[in-house]
Amino acid sequence: MTGLLRGGLLATVLAMPAAAEEVTDFTLNNGLQVVVIEDHRAPVVVHMVWYKVGSADEAPGNSGVAHFLEHLMFKGTDDVASGDFSATVMAQGGSDNAFTSWDYTAYFQRVAADRLDLMMKLEADRMRDLRLTEDDVATERAVILEERSSRTDSDPGALFGEQTRAAHYLNHRYGTPIIGWRHEMEQLSRADALEFYRTYYAPNNAVLVVAGDVTPEAVKAMAQQHYGPLAPTLDLPPRLRPTEPPHMAERRLQMADARVAQPYVIRSYLAQERNSEAQDKAAALTVLAEVLGGSGTTSVMARALMFDDPKAVYASAFYNGNTLDVGSFGLTIVPVPSVSLDQAEAAMDDVIADFLTDGVDPVALERIKTQVSAAQIYGKDNVSGLAQRYGAALTTGLTVADVQAWPDALKDVTADDVMAAAREVFDRRNAVTGHLEKQGEPAL
Amino acid sequence: MTMFRMMAVLIAALAAAGPGRAEIGIQEVTSPGGITAWLVEEHDIPFTALELRFEGGTSLDLPGSRGAINLMAATLEEGAGDLDAQGFAAARDALAADFSFSSGQDTIGVSARFLTENRDTAVGLLRQALMEPRFDEDAVARVRGQILAGLAADTKDPATLAAQIFDAMAYGAHPYGSSGDGTAESVASLTRDDVIEAHRATITRDRMFVSVVGDITAAELGPLLDRLLGDLPEVGRQMPTRADWLLEGGVTVEAFDTPQSVILFGHDGIKRDDADFFAAYILNEVLGGGRFGARLMTELREKRGLTYGVSTFLAPINLGQMMMGQVATANNTVGQSIELIRAEWTRLATEGITAEELAATKTYLTGSYPLRFDGNGQIADILVGMQMDGLPIDYAVTRNAKVEAVTLADVARVAERLLQPGQLHFVVVGQPDGVVSTE
Repeated sequence: MTGLLRGGLLATVLAMPAAAEEVTDFTLNNGLQVVVIEDHRAPVVVHMVWYKVGSADEAPGNSGVAHFLEHLMFKGTDDVASGDFSATVMAQGGSDNAFTSWDYTAYFQRVAADRLDLMMKLEADRMRDLRLTEDDVATERAVILEERSSRTDSDPGALFGEQTRAAHYLNHRYGTPIIGWRHEMEQLSRADALEFYRTYYAPNNAVLVVAGDVTPEAVKAMAQQHYGPLAPTLDLPPRLRPTEPPHMAERRLQMADARVAQPYVIRSYLAQERNSEAQDKAAALTVLAEVLGGSGTTSVMARALMFDDPKAVYASAFYNGNTLDVGSFGLTIVPVPSVSLDQAEAAMDDVIADFLTDGVDPVALERIKTQVSAAQIYGKDNVSGLAQRYGAALTTGLTVADVQAWPDALKDVTADDVMAAAREVFDRRNAVTGHLEKQGEPAL
Repeated sequence: MTMFRMMAVLIAALAAAGPGRAEIGIQEVTSPGGITAWLVEEHDIPFTALELRFEGGTSLDLPGSRGAINLMAATLEEGAGDLDAQGFAAARDALAADFSFSSGQDTIGVSARFLTENRDTAVGLLRQALMEPRFDEDAVARVRGQILAGLAADTKDPATLAAQIFDAMAYGAHPYGSSGDGTAESVASLTRDDVIEAHRATITRDRMFVSVVGDITAAELGPLLDRLLGDLPEVGRQMPTRADWLLEGGVTVEAFDTPQSVILFGHDGIKRDDADFFAAYILNEVLGGGRFGARLMTELREKRGLTYGVSTFLAPINLGQMMMGQVATANNTVGQSIELIRAEWTRLATEGITAEELAATKTYLTGSYPLRFDGNGQIADILVGMQMDGLPIDYAVTRNAKVEAVTLADVARVAERLLQPGQLHFVVVGQPDGVVSTE
């Protein structure tokens, strides 16, 4: 309980699949992809449906509708009354929830393995038969506005993050917040939600992931019974979203807010994302983020900025490449009180410049490779985490084979690969740099 | 091996009624040196999770050095033996071991996981951190700076402010009345000697609880426990006295410029070892379980859209007991939300719960219990918590029967005793419309 900084603000996480997990995948006739991950240690199962649609697929002017629909999906169908979905899961001792990202929307339940059939029945039912009243919609719109107040408007860091993303993406919907801009959220209607639902919530736009104490044969039989009869969306639009034009001008943002306790600098560059059968560059960028900022003690940035010449209480690097379209690579520094944001940014840039000259410490690279291998072992202990990894991959353009090839892609990264990735990604024309300051305090 | 005094007699098979049936064998292992741990052997994956708890936590801070124990726990990983902070982190990462050290108002926690292939080396490194931490001046200064940054952030966080105000009013001068992180002033004045003293006084065998889950046998664990923990000091600082509840019903408003107010509310609670604890637990689930279907969630969110989330919880802390709740809502609906919460509190205190609510809650609680035992680290965490709560090793087997045994009359009795609408105190941090502090 030493505050958020030691907890790892913007900490990078190596997402490592365990190659040895038992995975089976198949596709139903209506287009539903199914992934089964076996873990027979405990009689528990995680049942997830992932839709290949997220906030970046929304129409202009409708920001927040993907997330709004996620809330409304708990409101009932022709067969299940409003609120009864969660009540039924609860009556089985299970838990359920959902989440929305730029690239996907997912619904999941965690229950005893012998309750899987009922979960499939419920989830299949709401894939095509959602019923919404105007009252449901009005009340839930108030809830998402309160959610925005809690998560974003009450937090200057979250507000600044929105502004930074909006400046970073010139054309892509990644620049629009998942929860939506407030003025657009206020206008979201029942028709907006239902149109989005009818188009995108269909078996041929979904991935079913079942993980735990199950067999592929049993899952296949159940999936065919419950999901098999659902009609696909025949005119499912291709997933072509606005792409980024060449970036020619660096962007810089400054924001001040009275609620800021800890000023910081954040810099984000556009970066190559993971792509199917072409993950090498993403693997190099993942290792680069680890080398620069993975450890709060021994990474290049931590060592230089927190130890050798302590200008920061926190400094790190992060890579977000698990995206359908262009990803990002970032650097951040939270200076000690006597260092200004300009000085902090200059110190951060000096560290990167030195790194580009000095190269990768081979011992550090070796440590990271060891941790990659260990993560495959530790990862097997968390079957929900595995399910999440596959679901996210399969809704961002990757395949089961890509997920299983990823640990080796990371292990194959050489020092030269890391440096090549660094030289390519650190292009200020692609970057946005933000300074978040305390309001009412003169800059140092 | 013959010296090994193993008391692996009790194998508690967790077999729950209702949906879900998990079986885990919990063994009590006593090392040759007399250290007791609860163990679950799980040899499918080649690693082990270890949880240590030292009772007392930051409540053992000496007067005038508030925050010393928190600073100490946060500096344990910053160098030990002949390794400085850089050397320690590099050695740990080269083994792909994870160690984390934390402190709370009742405990200091150590969580570790390490691979079977280098277990002895990893345990040796962890032993150094516990037994021979360096607390180098530069490390203490660096961590102090990070804690001060966190404390500065706390002053701008409405939820943290609400908790600090509530705790201060509820517990006054008792350690529970202030944050174990300390204040900017107290932390700034802490010295390396304070940190060393905090370590000696709190990481001791007389208050230690241990659980281990993973790829290790009982025979292997005994010597490991002695090597890791055998040389710790026997006796630590005396525990504080119980904390008296000082707060009366009412409202306290702390002005804070934000569009949405954060509200923390509660009154005195119920002890973990109270005969009616399970009835109270069910009562709380019906009232304010964070799930859909709970009464407050239904009234505030589902019917009226006043909030993204509202919940209540029982907090039977070591030296006191609280029944608390929290909600965030727009400034112009704070008054309405407080009225609804008071009304639900009163309705439940006078009418109790329905037979349907009792049945549904029992089904949920008994069905979900086995699902908690998911993953080595998670199981280790549950087992060490059971020991701290003074529960028997077969608790996992008997727990659901205790839930099932609760009757409507039990819940009605505990509702009348526990729920005191007039004693509810609300701390509001924000700019609420038309709501002012009482008195």
